[in-house]
Amino acid sequence: MRMHKIMGRAVAAMLATILPLVGLTGCHGAATRSDFAVPDVFSDDEEIELTFWAKNDTNKTQTAIYQKAITDFEALYPNVTVNMRLYTDYGKIYNDVITNISTGTTPNVCITYPDHIATYLTGSNVVVPMDELMADPEYGLGGSALRFDSPKKSEIVPQFLKECSLSGHTYALPYMRSTEALYINEDYVEALGYEIPDVPTWDWIWEVSEAATEKKADGTYALNGQKVMIPFIYKSTDNMMIQYLAQSGAGYSTADGGIEIFNDTTSEFLQTIAAHTATGAFSTFAISGYPANFLDAGQCVFAVDSTAGATWMGAKAPLSDISADQRVDFKTAVRCVPQVDAENPRMISQGPSVCIFNKEDPQVVMASWLFAQFLLTNDVQTAYAETEGYLPVTTKAQESEKYRTYLAAAGEDESAHYDVKIAASKLLLANTQHTFTTPVFNGSTSLRNAAGQLIEDVVKSTRRKQAVDEAFLTKEYSQVTSLYRLNQISSAAAKNAAESAKNEARDLGPLPGTAKAILILLGLSWVFIAAVYGARRLRGKKR
Amino acid sequence: MKKLMAIALAGVTALSMAGCASGAGDGATAAVSEAAAAATEAGDAAETLATDAAEAATEAAQAAATATTEAVSDVLPYPATTLDAEPVSYADYAAAETDSQVVIDTYVQAKQGWWEDSDNGGLGTATLYTQTEEGGYFIYNIHMPEEDYDKLTEGAELKVRGYKSEWEGEIEITDVDAYEIGDGSWVAEPTDVTAELGKDTLAEYQNQKVSFKDLVVAPAQEGSDAAFLYNYDGSGSEGDDLYFNVTTAEDPDTIYTFTVESYLCGSDTDVYKAVEGLKVGDTIDAEGFLYWYEGAQPHVTNVTVK
Repeated sequence: MRMHKIMGRAVAAMLATILPLVGLTGCHGAATRSDFAVPDVFSDDEEIELTFWAKNDTNKTQTAIYQKAITDFEALYPNVTVNMRLYTDYGKIYNDVITNISTGTTPNVCITYPDHIATYLTGSNVVVPMDELMADPEYGLGGSALRFDSPKKSEIVPQFLKECSLSGHTYALPYMRSTEALYINEDYVEALGYEIPDVPTWDWIWEVSEAATEKKADGTYALNGQKVMIPFIYKSTDNMMIQYLAQSGAGYSTADGGIEIFNDTTSEFLQTIAAHTATGAFSTFAISGYPANFLDAGQCVFAVDSTAGATWMGAKAPLSDISADQRVDFKTAVRCVPQVDAENPRMISQGPSVCIFNKEDPQVVMASWLFAQFLLTNDVQTAYAETEGYLPVTTKAQESEKYRTYLAAAGEDESAHYDVKIAASKLLLANTQHTFTTPVFNGSTSLRNAAGQLIEDVVKSTRRKQAVDEAFLTKEYSQVTSLYRLNQISSAAAKNAAESAKNEARDLGPLPGTAKAILILLGLSWVFIAAVYGARRLRGKKR
Repeated sequence: MKKLMAIALAGVTALSMAGCASGAGDGATAAVSEAAAAATEAGDAAETLATDAAEAATEAAQAAATATTEAVSDVLPYPATTLDAEPVSYADYAAAETDSQVVIDTYVQAKQGWWEDSDNGGLGTATLYTQTEEGGYFIYNIHMPEEDYDKLTEGAELKVRGYKSEWEGEIEITDVDAYEIGDGSWVAEPTDVTAELGKDTLAEYQNQKVSFKDLVVAPAQEGSDAAFLYNYDGSGSEGDDLYFNVTTAEDPDTIYTFTVESYLCGSDTDVYKAVEGLKVGDTIDAEGFLYWYEGAQPHVTNVTVK
């Protein structure tokens, strides 16, 4: 509850003077505090213009949904205008935000990844923490003064909300969630004499992929009769490495940025990848092209891509970059990504979140918050989720009649109810408890890039007939460490850890004498203020 | 009354500063003494602190910059700028296996801009369309300093060593580890490949400077009267790639998609503006480079409406 709502203006002004001073006394262990203070009311009088940097998947329906959300929001809050700038790449948004932090021209609202926010936070009060905003009884989640049906905090999937938490504060709202899926040419698997398990393992994938590399005497592949066949192709190799390490219980990073990726499990996995690359059983998006194009052309058995790319996957996919004459007909199965332990599946949680940037005018920040919150309303959530294999981030939307009806209509048509797309959404819905995210810290984006680079370099080198042995990996680890400044991240993490340990050992101890004196004086000041206030009221009554 | 309150608050303020500065104290009396001293010296202290902080920040920035330079130059240097290796002919290049290392001597025809690649240690990076009289090349993400990039004017001779690669049907040279800018110069004349549209033989002109005559602008999407789209499906906005469809007079039912690649020709170029001004039914001549993505996808550099 905002304090100045229940106190007189004079006392509030007094507090405003004192509280920052009290903050100074809290040097031992005090938390960083944002300059932004939630205003008393959101004003209708002030004309406010917001800039919203949004990301779509090169999907015009998503663009249209953003535009409708803006129009609907502006109708509710006529004094607010939202100008959208569209991106098709998270990395570009990240770069532009970084550039604009230095010039003080960040957008107001921005679709982003928590990894990126960790870097934005190295600037002072750049991103607005949402804890107070979310809890505000009037303008917070489910607030009484809102002009739209906002979800309550308890109606946001807790796991997804937690992903937006950094250093104990919530710096973003989840907007959409996806995971990766394994899209399978079911006909090919059956032709090779295999049956698709409910939860495919890495061992199984490699075995089937190797079987699919068999060639005929004329040089074409036995499985498809074509000159091209990449049995297993992976889109995001950073996710490939991260998920394998998580499934194996191997190190990736510590919570505060300690680098653990260079371990035996990583080396063994890279050697395995090299072996299957050498036989032609495996390749990546960066090296060969989009998994969807190979899958849809019958040139691939297993394609791993985001559930948010499901409309591109499969014989009947509504979106495709290849010509109709190149596409082949086949049944498409959707499964979770390959697992180390089928009994204990683990998969990445990913997808866009939305953060708001601090500005001088609290009313502008408030408008930004209202718009960000508006993106969690059922209409926006369900409409956007239905464009791809996304999942709404609120249980309110997930359990809505509209969304349930949509899921139940899987396969009724090959556009809005494309069965592969809905199967991808259902995959995440059924496995939310099996998802995970990696620790977020300043530098976590670099570590993620490094994880993918290891695989890309191994695949590339193998294709170029270079031996991927222990010496290669030693050199590779060194190069990747330097390229992505991982040694600097590790140093910073070690320093943080040492400082934390030191502070913990100190246990802060008793308050210093000066602090005690301040508290005494503060107490005396309040007694004095109260006495003056009481005396004035008494005089007023007498008068 | 106000005076008393001001004194009380001033005391709190001074004590706050003292509390932060000293970090510890043994009692109220000592604290008050510290506070008085702190109050007197507060201005000077603040100034000193600010100066120290600024100096520290400058030093940190310099150290970071040095570390960055060292890290990149030690592990990921720019490619060598001399190349003492015999280049292969275009025929040998075409016959070489994918993923094999090749050396070519070629002439720059166009370039897609220079930027600092954050994924590669901030190295300057460029993508080039080059050609010889025998055939065209696409040199993807070659690392070079900006001063070398600036030397690559149209026609400039460039010898490179890299790997022959294929991405979505586009044959390109990647991971260049050495290049040398030569003294020669040659600018290709565009080859008219209008008659090759729709034929397998069009692939022989991949990456070359080509031209098309008397194309007819078709709707960018079925049922639409728009002549172009920002991004392939219209999901983009000004500044993004432009996509437009054309047919030939001989075969009005077959549609070919052409692109204005925004990295090659941005929104301030004549060709970008010309395509934004196209209307369905216009007859045009076009020039560009025969890029490939799951089939021919010309990157147009010039459009003339007839």
